[in-house]
Amino acid sequence: MGSALYPSPDVMRDAIEAAGAELVTVALRRQSPQQASGSRFWELIRELNVRVLPNTAGCRTVKEAVATAQMARELFETNWIKLEVIGDDYTLQPDTAALVEAADILIKEGFEVLPYTTEDLITAQKLIDAGCRVVMPWGSYIGSGRGLVNKFALQTLRARLPDATLIVDAGLGKPSEAAHAMELGFDAVLVNSAIALSADPPTMAEAFANAVEAGRAGYEAGLMSPRDMASPSTPTLGTPFWHAGT
Amino acid sequence: MATVTVNGETTDITAEETIGAFLERSGYDRSKVATAINGLFVSRRDYDNRTLKDGDEIDIVAPMQGG
Repeated sequence: MGSALYPSPDVMRDAIEAAGAELVTVALRRQSPQQASGSRFWELIRELNVRVLPNTAGCRTVKEAVATAQMARELFETNWIKLEVIGDDYTLQPDTAALVEAADILIKEGFEVLPYTTEDLITAQKLIDAGCRVVMPWGSYIGSGRGLVNKFALQTLRARLPDATLIVDAGLGKPSEAAHAMELGFDAVLVNSAIALSADPPTMAEAFANAVEAGRAGYEAGLMSPRDMASPSTPTLGTPFWHAGT
Repeated sequence: MATVTVNGETTDITAEETIGAFLERSGYDRSKVATAINGLFVSRRDYDNRTLKDGDEIDIVAPMQGG
């Protein structure tokens, strides 16, 4: 779950607790010595007793992403990093070639890299080959709330990468979309804007948590296969007024 | 005297000043920030060894909300 865009720090804390989130994303930004907001925010997150996942949001090159990850490791005392290398300012689409290169460098430096990527299968395979145990494809553009735009490709990722931990990272707008991602067999979802920008973030966080549980249970129970034509659920044998050949 | 850039702002520094000395003189708590010079990470354990040079571009960052 993301920690940004909430109306207040208290609302953020209540929403993270309501979601029962296991992982909370955080970031690094330039700060002057007069500003204490960074350490106040960090103290609040530490009190929540959740695992933090620093990101490299805003990085556009391999060099920037690697340096940001190294700064994050020192500051947040974790070797986990949500790796973002952005290739386009308007869509925030990842530069997947640079992403794979940065992942390779960071894994060799001992990082646990969770890359934010597209739904492209080959990129996902290259990230896994580089040593990523988790791959995080977008559902749609960051902050767009458009849900799972390419469900078929996400389904393909699940089918082709059965051993990877897959997390839908961006674009979810509604709890039902989180449920859908989980029904596809994804292991988790990462949500920020849909909760933070709702009218009641703690309640929305709980709604997302319930949707994730429901979707996962649905996946584990085994979904029926869709059929092209109707198939009556009520038994046909013994239907009153039935006549053969009519 | 030398001139460096700190978080995008130009600043004068004394000659032979380390990044560690600069942080302390500027009021930063070195345990609560991370730094990079010219785009390369500088670890806390190197703060007292890394001398700033004219034209260095320094980034000093702290925790922030993120998605």
